[in-house]
Amino acid sequence: MRDGRGQVRRKVGLRLWLSAGWLTLLLLAALLAPWISPKDPLAQDLFLGRLPPFWMAGTEPGYWLGTDSLGRDVLSRILHGARVAMTVALVAGTITCVIGAVLGLLAGFLRGWVDIVISRLIDIWMAFPPVLFSILLIAVIGPGLWSIILAIVVIDWTRFARVVRAEAMGQGAMDYVASAQVAGRGRMGTMLVEILPNVLPTIIVLLTLEMGIAVIVEAILSFVNLSISTDDPTWGGMIAEGRTSVHQAWWVLVFPLITLFLTVLSFSQLGEGLKDRFDPVLR
Amino acid sequence: MSFLEVRNLSARVRGAPDRLLRDVSLSVAPGEVRGLVGESGAGKSMIGKAVLGILPRAVEVLCGEILLGGTDLLRLPPAERRRRIGATCALIPQDPLTALNPSRRIGPQMTDRLVDILGWTRAKADACARDLLAEVQIADPDRVLRQYPHELSGGMRQRVLIASAFAAEPKLIVADEPTTALDVTVQKEVLRLIAGMQARHGTALLFVTHDLGVVSKVCQSLSVLYAGMVVEDTTVRDFFRAPAHPYARALLAATPKYTDPDRSLVPVAQDVLDGVQAQVDAADRGWRNG
Amino acid sequence: MAEMFQVRDLRLSLPDLGRKPLLGAAPRIDILRGLGFDIAKGEVLGIVGGSGSGKSTLGRALVRLLEPTGGSIVFEGTDITHLDETGLRPLRRRFQMIFQDPMSSLNPRHRVGTIIGAPLALHGFDGIPERVEQALDHVGLPAAFRSRYPHELSGGQRQRVGIARAIAMEPDFILADEIVSGLDVSSQAQVLTLLERLVAELGLTLAFISHDLSVIRRLCSRVLVLQHGAIVEQAATDRLFAAPQAAYTRDLLAAIPLPDPDQVWV
Repeated sequence: MRDGRGQVRRKVGLRLWLSAGWLTLLLLAALLAPWISPKDPLAQDLFLGRLPPFWMAGTEPGYWLGTDSLGRDVLSRILHGARVAMTVALVAGTITCVIGAVLGLLAGFLRGWVDIVISRLIDIWMAFPPVLFSILLIAVIGPGLWSIILAIVVIDWTRFARVVRAEAMGQGAMDYVASAQVAGRGRMGTMLVEILPNVLPTIIVLLTLEMGIAVIVEAILSFVNLSISTDDPTWGGMIAEGRTSVHQAWWVLVFPLITLFLTVLSFSQLGEGLKDRFDPVLR
Repeated sequence: MSFLEVRNLSARVRGAPDRLLRDVSLSVAPGEVRGLVGESGAGKSMIGKAVLGILPRAVEVLCGEILLGGTDLLRLPPAERRRRIGATCALIPQDPLTALNPSRRIGPQMTDRLVDILGWTRAKADACARDLLAEVQIADPDRVLRQYPHELSGGMRQRVLIASAFAAEPKLIVADEPTTALDVTVQKEVLRLIAGMQARHGTALLFVTHDLGVVSKVCQSLSVLYAGMVVEDTTVRDFFRAPAHPYARALLAATPKYTDPDRSLVPVAQDVLDGVQAQVDAADRGWRNG
Repeated sequence: MAEMFQVRDLRLSLPDLGRKPLLGAAPRIDILRGLGFDIAKGEVLGIVGGSGSGKSTLGRALVRLLEPTGGSIVFEGTDITHLDETGLRPLRRRFQMIFQDPMSSLNPRHRVGTIIGAPLALHGFDGIPERVEQALDHVGLPAAFRSRYPHELSGGQRQRVGIARAIAMEPDFILADEIVSGLDVSSQAQVLTLLERLVAELGLTLAFISHDLSVIRRLCSRVLVLQHGAIVEQAATDRLFAAPQAAYTRDLLAAIPLPDPDQVWV
């Protein structure tokens, strides 16, 4: 019989469009920064120091978001900062996801000694204080993009593994898995064909969340000057510099901060939006 | 004079085009046991929840009246409605596992309502709880009162829930598929208990179930539901002798009956389904226009 | 030979992980305690019991989802009791299973066509799309359902997909584990009628697990009554209902509430 259940449809789309839109913009900015930046991000001009954004008085043409205390263009520096942010987000996020999800899937579905070994590993690994660990790592390897990426991967894979393991365990108890066994499918085949599609939505959400976290971690590290070794602009570095002149030139702090916020928010909403749009069960 | 009277109750999921409950009317006299029968999605649980004021937030009442002892619950302010329902009604839920709070002992869970809503003293409430547990044939009531839910078996938990429902002599109990999850031998015990306590305390009972066999044992009257619409409302005697509505008749023929293997478990014919669906569609059209 | 399954002194125990000591093995709980019975070719055997009787475990042992800890199961002359997955794989297409919960027995992220066709691909069948369509047709579902997802079907329809999946491989034996227990009365009647027809048309041998004796009477020619992991009675259906021997069987029959107000049921 037709009944009232299943009549309420979820509103999808807006969240996905906005977040994907912002991130695409950012990605393009990161890729094309050297060509689309209005000014050289490293060029200092002390006569043009602390210029306000274009809609305020006392501004110079071409410096859309103003300049910092050394006369460097804020907009150009933000665009170049996007390169670091997006690189860290995509690379660190993906590597962390692959390592964590694979180990979580194996532990959660295969159980037995595989699970025991991986779970113990996770427990012991998570006992290390993360901030100390990453600072130690960077002190040993030296600052740089890859150090940051390595630090994020090394600390966060356990988060993935734990969650994916729980999901895989839950799915493994379902009758459709038993049905696959009765049909004669082997263990690895079952894991990939039956379990993985049902764990994928969770993995996607975690992946996008992780990308957001990676951006923040990089910002924090560059705030305390432990990030990349060159003079290339980073959002965290800009925030640190902007802090000292926040009363005379608030735009030096505020614009990179807003960009950072919107980016992290977009990553988290992207995951939820993708899940809503592409998961057949939720459509 | 009926104790519970539902008049023309319509409800739907917020924002949905179709109604969940379509113009439902029924009544339960004091001390009467009425069955609410239907398949899943027919709305029988929804009616019970509407009466007890525990409809899900996503469901809104569109029109109609729910009269409890003559007062329309839907016209009362929420606090007053909760107080009145709490004082006169109770629920025997379907799942004994999730209906009890796992981190509290049985005793406080049973006596809370008596102390908080009815203002009894803790001593009086405890004595009442002890008596009721004995009434549902639990051997050591004092010990059970001190135990946690996970220390009891499923059957014991259901007994505790039945006892809790009868505490403070409610005028109406809604039993929401209380035996669906139970083995057939345990079901017999539980139904016997419910019927016995109902007779002793004279409580009116709204018994929600999909099982016509259970209805024939426990209920005096029944309402058959399809897609939120009442298609038959009659006494149990009359119903099992000769159901009037084609859908109700088909439901009875589909019900398992091992003494008559060839004339039971008969699938519902498509034209019967089409017929009752047409009835629902006509009711919807009338409601939209009128 | 006439016997498809020969079960002798079947035992199965599982470790009680709740009571496992820190070092050493967990104590074991006996779920099946020495069962012995045969299943003849072409027969429909009912397996009935309450919760905790071991009927589901017995079913899973028969199709080797679980490995017995003692006794033997012989399927068409082959001892499958302790065969490993490699040895079982070629036999797997000859015995299939239909599960109880239509929600969890179909992969929610696979389409119906994949759900039915994947096992066929595993065993190297040819002409899979035709076989899928034929299976859907056998269970009375339109071929268009092949591209639907499970959540787009009703409970009864999902259960029919489970049946289609089982018969698509043309097995000799099917185990049906409480397949109508979660269904509405009307869907239940439909599925049973369907099963009756398939048994006749395809010459299936069926083991039908249920807690509901009324359903068993309709479908099965012989019945096994289980209690606490042991068989308390085995008989032809008519004889069981006419003259139940075991006290437990009598209790079960007496407890059933028939849709009849005149039934003596106290």
